[in-house]
Amino acid sequence: MLEIKNLTATAGGTEILRGITLSVKAGEVHAIMGPNGSGKSTLAQVLAGHPAYEVTGGSVIYQGQDLLEMEPEVRAQAGVFLAFQYPVEIPGVTNAYFLRAAYNAKRTAAGLEELDPMDFLDLLEEKLKLVEWGPEIMSRAVNAGFSGGEKKRNEILQMAVLEPSLAILDETDSGLDIDALKIVAEGVNSLRRADSATIVVTHYQRLLNHIVPDFVHVLAGGRIVKSGGKELALELEARGYEWLTEVEGAVA
Amino acid sequence: MTATRTPVAPSPRPTEPGWVAELRREGAAQFEGLRLPTTRDEDWRFTDLSPISKAALGPARVPGALHDADIAPFLFGHAEWPRLVFANGRYQPSLSKLTGLPAGARVGPLAELLADAPGLIEGTLGKLAVQPAASAIVGQNASAFVDGYAVVLPAGATVDTPIHVLFVADSRAPGGAVHPRNVVILGANAVASVVESFVTLAEGVALTNTVTEASLAAGARFDHCKIQRESAQAFHLATLEVRQERDSYLNSFSFAQGAALSRTNIYTTLAGPGAHATLYGLYLAEGRQHVDHQTRIEHAAPDCTSWEVYKGILDGHGHGVFNGKVYVQPEAQKTDGKQTNKNLLLSETAKVDTKPQLEIFADDVKCTHGATVGSLDALPLFYCRSRGIPEAEARTLLTYAFAADVLEEIRSRPVVDYLEGLMREWLLTAGKRGRGPARKEAS
Ligand SMILES: Nc1ncnc2c1ncn2[C@@H]1O[C@H](COP(=O)(O)OP(=O)(O)O)[C@@H](O)[C@H]1O
Ligand SMILES: [Mg+2]
Repeated sequence: MLEIKNLTATAGGTEILRGITLSVKAGEVHAIMGPNGSGKSTLAQVLAGHPAYEVTGGSVIYQGQDLLEMEPEVRAQAGVFLAFQYPVEIPGVTNAYFLRAAYNAKRTAAGLEELDPMDFLDLLEEKLKLVEWGPEIMSRAVNAGFSGGEKKRNEILQMAVLEPSLAILDETDSGLDIDALKIVAEGVNSLRRADSATIVVTHYQRLLNHIVPDFVHVLAGGRIVKSGGKELALELEARGYEWLTEVEGAVA
Repeated sequence: MTATRTPVAPSPRPTEPGWVAELRREGAAQFEGLRLPTTRDEDWRFTDLSPISKAALGPARVPGALHDADIAPFLFGHAEWPRLVFANGRYQPSLSKLTGLPAGARVGPLAELLADAPGLIEGTLGKLAVQPAASAIVGQNASAFVDGYAVVLPAGATVDTPIHVLFVADSRAPGGAVHPRNVVILGANAVASVVESFVTLAEGVALTNTVTEASLAAGARFDHCKIQRESAQAFHLATLEVRQERDSYLNSFSFAQGAALSRTNIYTTLAGPGAHATLYGLYLAEGRQHVDHQTRIEHAAPDCTSWEVYKGILDGHGHGVFNGKVYVQPEAQKTDGKQTNKNLLLSETAKVDTKPQLEIFADDVKCTHGATVGSLDALPLFYCRSRGIPEAEARTLLTYAFAADVLEEIRSRPVVDYLEGLMREWLLTAGKRGRGPARKEAS
């Protein structure tokens, strides 16, 4: 599904990713943990094609294609979805319009007919249940004036509509109370398919009780410094990151 | 001086009362004496009117007969709306419709009112639009106007639907200067809504110089929406001058999309306590269009509020100008005023000169103003693309979103829908002409 090899990237001239190698297969859930500023969001944004980051080396192959050569919208149409750590507000564009535009862009790219507004509303009704929301949310502008929790939930709603093959969740759990966390986790779990994969970026073990990872990676200083199974998350919870980052510091 | 002088010989109508003839004489003298403003005038620094002088336009000729089909493309809203149609300044009774108006209302062509009941408008016509900034232009209008619309409502009268006034410039009849003159007088607590559309039937160099004076008695409400979509060769000058008594409300909207060169002046004086004015506008320019708005809100009484939002979208070599003046007189304590002008540049070559201007002579007031000029934000653009929306579509969507909220301030939903449609059309054609390469911006 996704093969990242030796990926390096800079932002504003500073090297942030310093050689990331990661392989994700269909059906798997990978968790990426690590201290603040270690490059987790940068990795997520680079995979989504954010123009502020410059890839300086390495390769990313997604479903046999060179992901780095694809425009951000083409990546999305091909099934890559990033749930932003800080979802963006778009005043003046309703959630309904935005979601339908995104959904139809994907259909058009796949050579399918666009869905008309009425049929789309039917589809939305189903998806809204997943995040336990009423239809009122659809007439509000995208994320404008949303609380932190509402923004995260809206990301999951978008994900539910777009049904990605590769979902990258960047700290979707931060700022959520336990009920909202459960809604988000259940949403993500119900969207998992045998032919899809999930990368969960998180700070806390908490989310991983609900979305159980197959692999856990620790990112520090722009590198993956340790990988393991789900027990690694528990160990990190107990011991913190210092024991790993000290090793990293010694090497650097 | 200018060749526009030629058509200025006052043209009194035999049926007009003496005070109108006098207004025409004064207007002609003002225009002769002051000439068209130049960029040396502070109020006209960014707008050069010399192309209008050079065009040396004579009075627009009487157009050939117009038919329903000619104006059909410019109609919107509901068929029941009262409608007045003018072609090259001449009233077109066969295309107009003045039904559904309340008892005692006088709504119709100004010339008719001047012949029948001039006393109704003597206190307003030529009495409000006397500001020096526009006086040469207003003077020229006074000396040369043929007709325009009049809306006179007695106290308490309400016109539920917008009155649509369609000014058609028909360039198939050569000539081209038209000077519509309009009067609105609302009695106490009267309510009226006027939509003025300025359109062109055939391409050609033409000048519209329109002046509207509106007087709002205590508690009156006036919705004024001006839609300017004249042809790309047209020159357009417009002045709205309003006087508001106690607790009256003016809601003004200026939509400007057409003309090579346009200048719209929206002026109001809050003369009675508790009066409220909201001034909104949206201007779109592309190619080499020049679009200028000047607003002036004069707070002359205590406890008045004014709220203003103007937005501009400039593409190609388009040039937008905005100057918003707010004056707060010493007696206007407890004034609450907010003014915003936001501009979106879609090309490297588009430009904007914006100048909000506050002059406050009272001490207990709350006034703010702000102006921005920028291109589309990189982050929302990336967010849309990350959801699969292609870049060009995302740009159109975000550009639309930038401006759409201000249109919502128009009270009549059909007018909002119509203008949204015009804006979408504009964005699509602007998109097709190409916007140049996407700018890579760091977030
Ligand atoms: N657009 C950017 N421009 C400059 N520096 C950036 C940018 N984005 C991230 N950084 C820097 O890169 C480092 C990693 O950031 P980030 O990927 O957000 O970390 P994490 O998500 O692991 O907390 C930080 O030092 C941050 O300041
Ligand atoms: Mg982060």
